Amino acid sequence: MLDRRGFMLSGGVLALTQTDATAAVDAGPDKSSAAAQTSAAAEPLYALTAGEAEVLTAVVDAFIPADDLSPSGSDCGVVVFIDRQLAGSYGAGARLYQDGPFQPSNGQVQFGPQSPLAPLQFIQLGIAELDAWSTANSGTPVKQLPKPELNALLQQLESGKIALPRIDARAFFGALLQLAMEGFFADPIYGGNRDKASWRMIGYPGLPATYAKAIRQYRGRRYQAEPRSIADFL
Amino acid sequence: MVQVLKSTDAVIVGLGWTGAIMARELTRAGLQVVALERGPDRNPAEDFALPAIRDELRYSVRQELMQDPKMETVTLRHRLDGEARPVRRFGSFLPGDGVGGMGTHWNGNTFRFLPSDHRLRSHLGERYGRASIPEDMTIQDWGVTYEELEPHYSRFEALCGVSGKAGNIAGKIQAGGNPFEGPRSGEYPNAPLVASHANELFRRAAGEIGLHPFPAPASNASAPYVNPEGTQLGACQYCGHCDRFGCEANAKATPLSTLAPSLRQASGFRKVTNAYATRVLYDAKTRRATGVRYIDLRSGETYDQPADIVVLSAWVFGNTRLMLLSGIGEPYDARTGKGVVGKNYCYQIQPTVQAFFKDEELNPFMGAGGLGMVVDDFNGDNFDHAKLGFFGGGYISQNSTNGRPISFRPTPPGTPAWGAAWKRETANWYRRTATMLCEGTNYPNRTNALDLDPTYRDMFGQPLLRMTFNFTQNDRTMADFLLGKAADIGRAMNATIVAPQPRKGDFNVVSYQSSHNTGGTIMGHTPADSVVNRYLQSWDAHNVFVLGSSVFPQNAGYNPTAAAAAVTYWCADALVKQYLKAPAPLVQL
Repeated sequence: MLDRRGFMLSGGVLALTQTDATAAVDAGPDKSSAAAQTSAAAEPLYALTAGEAEVLTAVVDAFIPADDLSPSGSDCGVVVFIDRQLAGSYGAGARLYQDGPFQPSNGQVQFGPQSPLAPLQFIQLGIAELDAWSTANSGTPVKQLPKPELNALLQQLESGKIALPRIDARAFFGALLQLAMEGFFADPIYGGNRDKASWRMIGYPGLPATYAKAIRQYRGRRYQAEPRSIADFL
Repeated sequence: MVQVLKSTDAVIVGLGWTGAIMARELTRAGLQVVALERGPDRNPAEDFALPAIRDELRYSVRQELMQDPKMETVTLRHRLDGEARPVRRFGSFLPGDGVGGMGTHWNGNTFRFLPSDHRLRSHLGERYGRASIPEDMTIQDWGVTYEELEPHYSRFEALCGVSGKAGNIAGKIQAGGNPFEGPRSGEYPNAPLVASHANELFRRAAGEIGLHPFPAPASNASAPYVNPEGTQLGACQYCGHCDRFGCEANAKATPLSTLAPSLRQASGFRKVTNAYATRVLYDAKTRRATGVRYIDLRSGETYDQPADIVVLSAWVFGNTRLMLLSGIGEPYDARTGKGVVGKNYCYQIQPTVQAFFKDEELNPFMGAGGLGMVVDDFNGDNFDHAKLGFFGGGYISQNSTNGRPISFRPTPPGTPAWGAAWKRETANWYRRTATMLCEGTNYPNRTNALDLDPTYRDMFGQPLLRMTFNFTQNDRTMADFLLGKAADIGRAMNATIVAPQPRKGDFNVVSYQSSHNTGGTIMGHTPADSVVNRYLQSWDAHNVFVLGSSVFPQNAGYNPTAAAAAVTYWCADALVKQYLKAPAPLVQL
């Protein structure tokens, strides 16, 4: 079986029947790893193109590589999460003041991103610019970069050593990393954090979060519980 | 076309803590009160129900209960000659929205300010000499003293069922409480919350190095509680979802949980939600307000609500902006120092220390909004500043408020922000890190101020409020001092790694710091130094009263809610007992 990245690279980004919400319900508190495997199959894309999702898959898996602590970011549904966020009100710029005039941030990160683009267009443009930069400078698009080269590219982007011609490169990196982490750590109802992989990794129990007795009983002792999602309580 | 409504006794703009308290006091006195609230109404039983209310992405990250900057935001520049840019997404501070306002999503920390905080210029002058106060540090006395406010602080604590331990009852120091606090008339309504393991590590270490730890006073009820309004609060479940969330257990005191039931039964009370106030209708000739103009956000229609009394309780930015838009009081000019509206805008400076423990299990997801262990030894003027080169200070606390993983994922210094090493360190330390917060004062500076932005507009085309703000050298020196003391505690806790996180560089609006903004419509002794008098009554329109932390002449090293509520009760007392009998200026010069 291909891993998610391999699956995406093979061009198999097509709608399948199972949504992540049902995956979370099916998982239940005691059927841990089965859900992750079944839901590692492709999900429909609502906002991004298949090509954009491939670039994101490579980036997200560099941010969250597979190891003994968790599956890779894309296997945890992080690309699905980002696509759904960008397809929804967040991607359209809800709760974002978008009146002009717009001034370049000129590296003054204290003001926050000042782009006139809504997050969906901002991320799409950033993906295109990054892929173009990679192709122009190494002859290889992002999705085909070997892991060490991809990591080096992302480190340069993070530290401001790469300037992208039409977009604030550091703001783009910041937005991408933030979205990836949201997808990895948010409640699984949003399509990421499949099988509560990140919650298992750190020992976060999720819901129901009523600890009136436990806070005293577990003072200095680890509180361990099968993590539960909002969907597990419906 | 503007539609003029039937006149009422009082109109209130903003239905958060201070607006709800004032509405309750005025209806109790028999007045007809209309409260205008920009946001929606909220029904805790539905809006804050489990399991949906435990959604970190929706409420904490996407800020569902907060003000929508698309409708109205503020702009920032760091200095007077800088170019302001709009805060396009709220980050460093989170204005509230809807009935309950910020009181819906606060953490519940309910500190009183120190007696010296309420008369800061006099106090520092007496102790260090008037010449020791820097010329640009425009601190001043509130005009009301701690002793005068004490009954009103007590009243708010009773309303909220605050859980805590008194440190000073009528001048007698109490074991286990804060020995530095002003004299209290009595104990807290509820016993302290159950301390977390991290709280206990902090308490022991701080005591060992000679400091005076005490449990933070919290409006998270440690036991079921019935307040003087007859409303019932539930017991806190330590769920770790106070700040930015509603409380499904009704344990966190909010305007919805403490005052809404009384207001629903008050025959003289009417609230209008989705009502966006755009002007105080002000007659400069008679120096009186005649009412408030608002836009109904559902229909788009504009209404004038005439009233005999106008109360502004729209938080720091709303109050200041409405005064400026309405032409009440002289706008402050930072270049000349003339004028008062917009003056003395303050924030707070809150550096933190992370203490990593390789052998401790801290269960960071168990917590309550106000669950903390605190030392006040370095707050305000509780310590000698003679040779330190700064004024002010702050409390240092270990707060066990939340361990929600999108936002709380501490790693030691030097850890990358992503990749294999990041994963390993995140998994290592998530359950084993205690964060200590320094809640630092911010004293006003001549150039930190609010005015109307010349360029950017709200959704109805009105100027946004512009803040000119940066931390001063006094703030930075003070913060570094506090950070050093907090690191000392971390080392005494025997932490494996102690990592101070200083606040460096220009003020930034992106990462969350504090929603403890103050100033802009400050109180004082004369129209030359303040917007409102000691009863929060406008010097320029005696029937306009301004509530909330916008009236603080400077910010203290505490969470400001209790002080904002105390001056509101103080104002309501004067309004009902004096002003209603003889509507006129309550302070004669």
